[in-house]
Amino acid sequence: MSTHHSANTTLSNEIFSNTSLNVLQCYQCGKCSAGCPVRNFMIDAPNQVVRYVQLGFDDKALTSSTIWICASCQTCSTRCPQNFDIAKFMDAMRETALNKGIKPSEKDSMEFHKAFLNQIENHGRAYELGLVRDYKLKTLNLMQDVEVAPEMLMKGKLNILPHNVKDKKPVKKIFAKSKGGRK
Amino acid sequence: MKIGVFVCHCGENIGKTVDCATVAQRAAKIPGVAYSVDNKYMCSDPGQNVIKNAIREKKLDAVVVASCSPHMHEKTFRKAAADAGINKYLCEIANVREQCSWVHDNIPDATDKALDLVRIAVEKVKRNIPLTAIRVPVTKRALVIGGGISGIQAALDIANSGFEVVLVEKEPSIGGHMSQLSETFPTLDCSQCILTPRMVEVYQHPKIKLLTYSEVEKVEGFIGNFTVTIKKKARSIDEEKCTGCGLCIQKCPIKKKAFNEFEEGLATRPAIYVPFPQAVPNIPVIDRSVCTYYQTGKCQMCLKVCGREAILFEQQDTLVTEEVGSIVIATGYKLYSIDKKPEDSEIKGYGEYGYGKYKDVIDGLQFERIASASGPTNGEILRPSDKTQPKKIVFIQCVGSRDEQKGFSYCSKICCMYTAKHAMLYKHKVHDGEAYVFYMDIRAGGKMYEEFVRRAIEEDGVKYIRGRVSKIYRQNGKYIVKGEDTIAGMPVVIDADMVVLATAMVAQPNASKLAQTIGVPYDKYGFYQEVHPKLRPVEVSTAGVFLAGACQSPKDIPESVAMASAAAAKSLVLFGSDYLEREPTVAVVNEANCAGCFYCLKVCPYNAIEKKEVKNKLGEIIDYIAHVNAGLCQGCGTCNATCPSKSIELIGFNDEQIYAEINAFSESFV
Repeated sequence: MSTHHSANTTLSNEIFSNTSLNVLQCYQCGKCSAGCPVRNFMIDAPNQVVRYVQLGFDDKALTSSTIWICASCQTCSTRCPQNFDIAKFMDAMRETALNKGIKPSEKDSMEFHKAFLNQIENHGRAYELGLVRDYKLKTLNLMQDVEVAPEMLMKGKLNILPHNVKDKKPVKKIFAKSKGGRK
Repeated sequence: MKIGVFVCHCGENIGKTVDCATVAQRAAKIPGVAYSVDNKYMCSDPGQNVIKNAIREKKLDAVVVASCSPHMHEKTFRKAAADAGINKYLCEIANVREQCSWVHDNIPDATDKALDLVRIAVEKVKRNIPLTAIRVPVTKRALVIGGGISGIQAALDIANSGFEVVLVEKEPSIGGHMSQLSETFPTLDCSQCILTPRMVEVYQHPKIKLLTYSEVEKVEGFIGNFTVTIKKKARSIDEEKCTGCGLCIQKCPIKKKAFNEFEEGLATRPAIYVPFPQAVPNIPVIDRSVCTYYQTGKCQMCLKVCGREAILFEQQDTLVTEEVGSIVIATGYKLYSIDKKPEDSEIKGYGEYGYGKYKDVIDGLQFERIASASGPTNGEILRPSDKTQPKKIVFIQCVGSRDEQKGFSYCSKICCMYTAKHAMLYKHKVHDGEAYVFYMDIRAGGKMYEEFVRRAIEEDGVKYIRGRVSKIYRQNGKYIVKGEDTIAGMPVVIDADMVVLATAMVAQPNASKLAQTIGVPYDKYGFYQEVHPKLRPVEVSTAGVFLAGACQSPKDIPESVAMASAAAAKSLVLFGSDYLEREPTVAVVNEANCAGCFYCLKVCPYNAIEKKEVKNKLGEIIDYIAHVNAGLCQGCGTCNATCPSKSIELIGFNDEQIYAEINAFSESFV
């Protein structure tokens, strides 16, 4: 959708030029927040973060823990009556925050993202045990969620060895390209 | 030929960019121009007098007015010319405002262009001939399509003015959606009580011919002279003999099979039925898709019990032809269906609200039936699944409406009000119940509307939550409604016993078909398109056709009734004169030249081209040639441009005139 962008605040312009998302499309009905499975862990509801950007409260939006609690499940985007892709918006917010050097208020969440991407980079696909290892070593949340491990093992959800994709080169290339300019 | 040129400044609109005095001076030198002058406001009374006096004093034969667009003031200046004694078609407009001063800023260039435009108009007017308006007779009789409250109102207004009306309704009874409603906002008066007297009045009116269970098949002709073909669907009943005693309905063995349309599926009906007890006319109809006789060839119970032998199993659909002068379209709306979307529909369904799979998640019209004293629960609020009284009820507004993703970006306008009414009715009947309304905005513009909503909140204690619901799901026999209170910034979860969705008002599914039959434009949602949203809200681009009610856009009862009266008034304006004057600038066929290829017939957007028989001396048909129906022709010139043998001329815009204009324009390059 090529809606003309006119919120004209620093952050809304930046998001628009990077993602074509027009924050003014949101009419604040709150359906995203209503359906968000992790809403109860948030201080600011997803629609409120969009509101901050609409109003130009850029710092309030970028430092909100909501953007890191978001699990990118895309329930919000699927149900948004205005076709505003909130999940994509949250992604853009995380990226902008990192680029600006704003420390994620949810540090563990950031480490989880990194650990997950590590697996993709190294194996070309998810490797659950590697994810758990990297995440726990970084955060020292050693006992977190251990109770689900046996059941996952039983169901074959936790493979001991990683399954690599046949050709890892294209994945490496994508990572090399997207990492350009950022640590 | 002595031509006068009158250059208008239009205050500063033209004068700021075009040097009008220079244009007038230089125009005087154009061959044929006998007089030219400029004036600050040519359309004013003194300005018009300048034209009139010049025509009389200088003995002018034709005039060119350099001013705004013909759309604005051609009528004004032609009338002035006619008042001074010259044929009004010898007055031409050079548009030096919209097509010159408004779009340029360089004064010398704009002045040159204005002079070009004047020269072009002068060359055309030299070749204009006096014309007289075409007069067509008016049939002073109206067709009203749709027997809901809008159609009823329009029919009564026209009929009470002394003109005949043919009222066509596709259902077995008139009354429309209003007959289904329990009580109406903002007064809470009983819908049936105020509607049924009007229905009876229609039925008994000597000037109204009521055709129920009928549909418009074909519309031919033009304003003042429409010929309408109407299909009367077979009722399987002899309408003359039936007394409406209802014995057949009582005895019909099909009791619980048929979907009851009037009760919105909350009840069943027999195969032979009247939609509701107060139906007008009170004559039953047999639903052949469920009737045992039509399915198996046996039964005929209705015929056995009918004392008047009024059952006609062999009855066929019949076609009726009616001559009318105007058409009022009042076909109303449908509710957006919460059921799973139809296969071929582009409309998305509400999977997150359970499509149509939860029995106690219903729409607004279903709630109307539940709240109605004549409804399936006799007015007691009982939920459909187990007929228990819901102690916690949730109303959700804007379901379908204002939802880009589901395909409707518009506001349905009436839902805020009827939801407030529903919640109020619920609280009046279930005193210990809790009612919640999820809304995005409250749109209560209207007399006593805002007060009505406040009454629901302040007096009846309905809890309003600002936010859109994300999901409804079943858990432990409850309907879990997940929302967010966006004002408090807090999630809200309600374990409801019943949910009412205020679904969008959408166009009738066959709205586009009827539009094509009559020649009415419609928008992307299927609502009929008025000519001008502010100044001509009930007219459509096809002259003589008017709109009333929700077929044009979502509307409540007061608005529909007002619009119906407006459409009736427009019909009556038409009936006020015996003849209609139409522009003589229409196409004519040079019959000696026409080869009968009928390319013109294919391209004409107004169906104005007819096939005319050519007979020999013995009266045998030897050929067909094209003929233009001057009543239908709008003078667009498409046929003229298409005709391969140049056998069609558009009067007032013939080839000679157009070439003269082009030549006059090219002179400026020499």
